[in-house]
Amino acid sequence: MKKSAFLGTLTAATISAGFAAAGTLDDVKAAGELKCGVSTGLVGFAAADANGVWNGFDVAVCRAVAAAVLGDGSKVKFVPTTGKTRFTALASGEVDVLARNTTWTFSRDVDLKFEFVGVNYYDGQGFMVPNALGVSSAKELDGATVCIQTGTTTELNLADFFRANNISYEPVPIETNAEAQAQYLSGACDVYTTDASGLAATRATFENPADHSVLPEIVSKEPLGPLVRHGDNQWGDIVRWTLNALITAEELGVTSANVAKSSMEAGGNPEVNRLLGTEGDLGAMLGLDKDWASRAIAVSGNYGEIFEKNIGEKTAIGIARGLNAAWTDGGLIYSPPFR
Amino acid sequence: MTMSNTPNPAGQGFQMSQLLYDTRYRSMTIQIVALILILLAFGWLINNTVVNLANLGKEIQFKFLGEPAGYDINQRLLDYNSQDSHLRAGFIGLLNTLLLAFLGCVTATILGVFIGVMRLSKNWLVARVMTAYIEIFRNVPVLLWIIVIFSIMIEVMSPPSAFRKGDASMLFNESVAITNRGVYIPEPLFHNTLGNIPLFGESSLRFDVSLDLIAFLVVLFAGIYAAMRVKRRADKIQSETGERPTTWWQRLALIFVPAAILLTVLGFHLGYPELKGFNFKGGTYMRNSLIALWLALSLYTAAFIAENVRAGIQAVSKGQSEAAFALGISPGRTMNLVILPQALRIIIPPLISQYLNLTKNTSLAIAVGYMDMTGTLMGITLNQTGREMETLLMGMAVYLAISLIISGVMNWYNNSVKLVER
Repeated sequence: MKKSAFLGTLTAATISAGFAAAGTLDDVKAAGELKCGVSTGLVGFAAADANGVWNGFDVAVCRAVAAAVLGDGSKVKFVPTTGKTRFTALASGEVDVLARNTTWTFSRDVDLKFEFVGVNYYDGQGFMVPNALGVSSAKELDGATVCIQTGTTTELNLADFFRANNISYEPVPIETNAEAQAQYLSGACDVYTTDASGLAATRATFENPADHSVLPEIVSKEPLGPLVRHGDNQWGDIVRWTLNALITAEELGVTSANVAKSSMEAGGNPEVNRLLGTEGDLGAMLGLDKDWASRAIAVSGNYGEIFEKNIGEKTAIGIARGLNAAWTDGGLIYSPPFR
Repeated sequence: MTMSNTPNPAGQGFQMSQLLYDTRYRSMTIQIVALILILLAFGWLINNTVVNLANLGKEIQFKFLGEPAGYDINQRLLDYNSQDSHLRAGFIGLLNTLLLAFLGCVTATILGVFIGVMRLSKNWLVARVMTAYIEIFRNVPVLLWIIVIFSIMIEVMSPPSAFRKGDASMLFNESVAITNRGVYIPEPLFHNTLGNIPLFGESSLRFDVSLDLIAFLVVLFAGIYAAMRVKRRADKIQSETGERPTTWWQRLALIFVPAAILLTVLGFHLGYPELKGFNFKGGTYMRNSLIALWLALSLYTAAFIAENVRAGIQAVSKGQSEAAFALGISPGRTMNLVILPQALRIIIPPLISQYLNLTKNTSLAIAVGYMDMTGTLMGITLNQTGREMETLLMGMAVYLAISLIISGVMNWYNNSVKLVER
């Protein structure tokens, strides 16, 4: 009896493993929650508040996907990942989507077998120094001690930048943003380097943000975006078009305030109608219902609203739209059309 | 024939059923079947892993080791730059691991023996202080000690900029600087250096051997050997005549004079650290991560070694020391000549596992950003190439090899000191 029970369990495990590989969408629906990999805490992008509720720019993407798929933006299980653990977490199925300011690179896309569904933030690596150091350019950093987060593209860019400019430096590899902050503030490093958005977010949490400045050099291209596992194209499409829906919503003027009203009946703009499901049935092509996009937009608004609320100029982080303005405003944020 | 239990009577050959029903063969049969099953199970697991990884598009292959690493390593015992291969980066990390393990084992042994002996002291205060030390260090996880020492170094010491402003100053006649980035001490330099011998050409494992160091070690060991010969001669004279000639100054001279002459010939001088730009330049730079790990691992492991030493000493029967005292041997010599030689054979086997523990605990280095093998090969390389399986297997193989070597050497030493029984 024991033996057959054991064999039975084995078979069941094998079968469910087979199913797990098949459809992430079905898994998410069956589990009733979306497992979303986020950073371990970067204010503005992904951080838990005093009540344990996650908020931020990357978190909003997770919530939008959960709303589109499950109908409820709060049905998300946030899995904090470090720069080192994030890819393993995604590859092993521990998370369904990774929204953790991750740079889209060739080797991650091709060699690590992931699928970047788009770019939700155009970033670049920068340097932050205390004003007391009297440095105004990264090229003056010869011999400086530089804190970097390990397991990121940052350490490769850093090595390239210093080698190209033929200056020396002393790297101090650090696991998380919080530790880096402690070392930087105590003066154990002269410089802290990471994506410029991360620097702005970190600086916002300092006691005296004005005592620190971000140097003008941006030494790399860091297109950040959510990613999923290779091979499940339906799931990849869902996440990609949820992100595109948020972007298109900003372009077409659909906001969290008017989305409910616009979804009730078809309006004058056919693209808005297609987006919100009042005309055609784009949702069914994705394997979702008609209102998927309107639910995704309703959770925390369109791309522009999410940006302004979490990291925009009115927040403590205070990042200008810059490259991340909609293409109609001279930025790079652009979505393929909904048709 | 009365032997009823003879299973193989004359005239009848070996039969297959005997493998199962004959008690002489049965246990063998069962063991062989079990072995085959275990091997099959392992084979299935390995095959399963390889096939599944291949399905994920990640066949096991080690080509990535030859590609440029692209990242920098702060503490390098050999030359390395970001264009060197991943294999080279792993090798640099391995040397950092070995350096830490070596420093830790030596310090832990010295401290441990000292504390273990002191714990048995008749002085109440000394014995209690040592007990407190052992209990405190032994009962807190070593990772916490590492982080505590590291945080203390970062928060309490001054940054290099404080030295420029005059808020902090260098110690020992401007030769040692203690900063929150680490400690800078003078480095040995030679005017007439003998140069280096490069080994392994341009490969990833290339290695420069300093002839100065080799020459110094040869002279030093030759001196120590000569000093031992002098001591043996003194022992012989003592056992023949009962008079021991005074030889300590001869022995000291044999060890130190040739070494000093060699250093003078090579033009030995110290290079002092100097504040230049953002950091001190020159001198030997011991990073705060190295110091924190070294201290924490030594102090932690020393507490265990101290207990081993105490157990070893207490296991030597009291009659031995009483007999030695009865012969008029002083307490110090009783310890050195009677008790420790007998205690060693009890102390060494558990000491081996403490060395192994310390070596394996060096993999906690990533907590403070020390670039050991876990940080380079199994850290950044793993991350940049996405080859978890390969790097982790390599790392495990290397740790296994290091541990087996340590335990092999220590077992050899144990055999040489253990009581020869007749």
